[in-house]
Amino acid sequence: MSIKQTLVVIGNGMVGQHFLASLVASPAKDQYDIVTFCEEPRPAYDRVHLSAFFSGTTAKELSLVEDGFFEQHNITLHLGDKAASIDRAAKIVTSAKGVTIHYDKLVLATGSYPFVPPVAGHDRAQCLVYRTIEDLEAMAAAAKTGKVGTVVGGGLLGLEAAKALKDLGLETHIVEFAPRLMAVQLDEAGGAMLRRKIEDLGVIVHTGKNTSLITDGETCINKMCFADGEELETDIVLFSAGIRPRDDIARACGLEVGQRGGIVIDNDCKTSDADIYAIGECALWNGMIYGLVAPGYAMARTAVANLTGEAGSFTGADMSTKLKLMGVDVASIGDAHARSQGAMVYSYQNGADEIYKRLVVSADGKQLLGAVLVGDASGYSTLLQYCLNGIELPENPDALILPHRSDESVGLGPDALPVSATICSCYNVTKGKLCTAIEAGCTTMDGLKKETQAATGCGGCAALVKSVLNSELAKQGVEVNTDLCEHFAYTRQELHTLVRVEQIKTFHELLIKHGKGLGCEICKPTVGSILASQWNEHILGKDHTALQDTNDNFLANIQKDGTYSVVPRIAGGEISPDMLIALGQVGKKYKLYTKITGGQRVDLFGATLEQLPLIWKELIDAGFESGHAYGKSLRTVKSCVGSSWCRYGVDDSVGLAIELENRYKGLRSPHKIKFAVSGCTRECAEAQSKDIGIIATENGWNLYVCGNGGMKPRHADLFATGLDKETLIKTIDRVLSFYVRTADRLQRTSVWMENMEGGLDYLKSVIIDDKLGLGEQLEEQMQHVIDTYQCEWKTTIEDKSKLKRFHHFINSDGTDDNVVFVEERGQIRPARDDERKHFNLVEVA
Amino acid sequence: MQWMDVCSVADLQENSGVCALVNGLQVAIFYLPTDELAVYAISNYDPIGKANVLSRGIVGDINGHKVVASPLYKQHFDLQTGACLEDDTVTVPIYACQINGGRVQVDTRLVAPLRQLIENSTNTKQEVVSA
Repeated sequence: MSIKQTLVVIGNGMVGQHFLASLVASPAKDQYDIVTFCEEPRPAYDRVHLSAFFSGTTAKELSLVEDGFFEQHNITLHLGDKAASIDRAAKIVTSAKGVTIHYDKLVLATGSYPFVPPVAGHDRAQCLVYRTIEDLEAMAAAAKTGKVGTVVGGGLLGLEAAKALKDLGLETHIVEFAPRLMAVQLDEAGGAMLRRKIEDLGVIVHTGKNTSLITDGETCINKMCFADGEELETDIVLFSAGIRPRDDIARACGLEVGQRGGIVIDNDCKTSDADIYAIGECALWNGMIYGLVAPGYAMARTAVANLTGEAGSFTGADMSTKLKLMGVDVASIGDAHARSQGAMVYSYQNGADEIYKRLVVSADGKQLLGAVLVGDASGYSTLLQYCLNGIELPENPDALILPHRSDESVGLGPDALPVSATICSCYNVTKGKLCTAIEAGCTTMDGLKKETQAATGCGGCAALVKSVLNSELAKQGVEVNTDLCEHFAYTRQELHTLVRVEQIKTFHELLIKHGKGLGCEICKPTVGSILASQWNEHILGKDHTALQDTNDNFLANIQKDGTYSVVPRIAGGEISPDMLIALGQVGKKYKLYTKITGGQRVDLFGATLEQLPLIWKELIDAGFESGHAYGKSLRTVKSCVGSSWCRYGVDDSVGLAIELENRYKGLRSPHKIKFAVSGCTRECAEAQSKDIGIIATENGWNLYVCGNGGMKPRHADLFATGLDKETLIKTIDRVLSFYVRTADRLQRTSVWMENMEGGLDYLKSVIIDDKLGLGEQLEEQMQHVIDTYQCEWKTTIEDKSKLKRFHHFINSDGTDDNVVFVEERGQIRPARDDERKHFNLVEVA
Repeated sequence: MQWMDVCSVADLQENSGVCALVNGLQVAIFYLPTDELAVYAISNYDPIGKANVLSRGIVGDINGHKVVASPLYKQHFDLQTGACLEDDTVTVPIYACQINGGRVQVDTRLVAPLRQLIENSTNTKQEVVSA
């Protein structure tokens, strides 16, 4: 065994961390003892989504480092310690705190710093930059006393920074030197459209402004004076006018640097010293500094390949970008400015919908050279593939940007892409790699993601990955059968539409019109659920009883021995001592096993069929109602105690939880639905693991959707922020109705979201922007369910015909002698097989 | 045949099941009003879930077999043969059952191939044993 070499990585930002993660995943991990310096007080986090910090995302959530990463891989991390100097002769790195480490190989991932223009007064109070979490904390502190914030710089980062100021509740200005926003990526018309959209959001944009001085303000702390004589009063000045490579440590030890900064690297990402690599925003390749994360990641992978002796080189990166700036879709591809020789331009402008699209094509009209999309970036993937792979354009290239109002598709089918086409640029996954994985047996989206990492970064390529998957499966002759079962050649979603459009009220009618056979345990409960969410008749009505699973059929949860458990509703988990006593008395009287559930209520186990109506009569008399624990329906809205009692509470989480639980109780859905409401960002109610999660902030309620605990946990997605209660409820109405309409059978919201083409953005466009024009319909649908709510148990015990089934035997009052209990910790439980043969049996009630 | 009268047709659940106690044994009776035989009877005991629950399963057809799905773990049992579609080592007993003058009757001799009994019974004088 050879002695390990020491590898030192300076900088634990996004690129430094990507390097470490790639290295420990490579066979070379055992060749090196790894040491890394991180100047900031926390390891790598997602700087790209920094502004999410102000809409409720915590520093921990922004983290890119899994818990225990450094320990698990034996990486020595010097946190909060900056590498100060490099002695290349002795091969020693010395830190600010005096740590000295000998290296065999050194990687510089020092990143960049924000460029602050040398304007007089740039170092005044409240003149800040936007790069680290500490910078954000300084902004938040400054925002407490200030009213007005101004961003200097109208590029990508500047717009992100403006969003942060807006989220902090400040009057927000953007000051840009160039005549338009995003001057690097957008042409004049695109910049103008973006400006209109940003101004619609309440941000004031000043272009063509050259700041000459920052001085004392009259109404604000600062005043910006411009070269044209105008002035702007502002409390905060936030510089976001570009980045500069942090190359000082390289410069000091004599490594070659560029004229305007940047550590010079070759295609191997090696600097002028063969033992030192530089990657990310500090590196200068071919005269270029790449200020995007994807090229930085590519450099990191190149360096790892070189260190492990594999081939790999960095040969430049595509600077195309697609992002959402303050809710506005913006994308830029290739030569957006039509600077290429003979380039021709097509453009489409829609003032009403505020959409702008521009194509730059080669002189012969066959190749796509560049594109600009503002307001609707849905064509990005297709256009990027045309551009990167040199695919010949259709005869009329403008078809690619003109709205197609018929059903014809102008998208680029996966078959048109060459094997070398990069589908996922975050993880550099080609179509060929996907096809190989599919051939090797990855036939699901989940499997393919795990195997290739495609679509696990920004997720923008998910739809394309899916279409490659489907197309390859079709080629293999695998037919993707989406029929619900042998009785209906439809999906659940299609059946829902049939029921709604044709006003079908019974399973029988649906089966006669659209199905065959008798039905089965798949289609019957599915249709039963669709009928219930659409028409909301009692599920034990004459035409519906036989459709229900046993739980719905007996309005209780079947257990392994054929007995049932009973769960009354305890909305929001709030219960008075008297109600608790009443519950206890029922449990005691019927000798039920009693347990607190995860949803803040009480489960009573061991009830026999004949006991269920008796138990419920007593519960209803005591003021309880059905908890629907047996149904694929709303279960609970969990809450923390909230602002009424808690020192930290920001709003009344219990009050809202009770209101929501009472609003949506009884809603039948494709699967169960759980909510939670937290009264502050400490999140004691764990709302982000629920289908619908709500967290109180000082600006209103933040809404999260499609989370899940359980078998496959999923963090909920932040859907909307700073909502008042009315808007919150309206939004939830729409999301739930849309879920009920479109999800598959037994599909939780988390999987529904994972499989939705277009994902979160699409759901937002349907719910918030009402892209499909369904909003009102969805709300009406929910209102119908709310208006027709009934306590299913109350109705049942008042109806003799419904009670008939609640006997074990149709011809005897006897009970099931196979149900036997033993005692454990003072309560009953079903006897195990070995115990049944013996003794100690407790008699049933 | 020794037919025992267990309940009236009105006591049955359409396209669903009930459980009857017949000579100390639990019998699940399923009622398919539009079917030629109308009633089917099998043991109420689910040998996989080990509980008396089959009468509470959902009734339907799979590949032409009329079945009930266990409410516990969803295995299908053929109403005519008692065979478990998912596990050919498992079968549940089947019983002869009929509707006679608005009453539902089960053969107390129990455990006999259904078809054969039905065929035989057409030529046999029926003897009704009351519950």
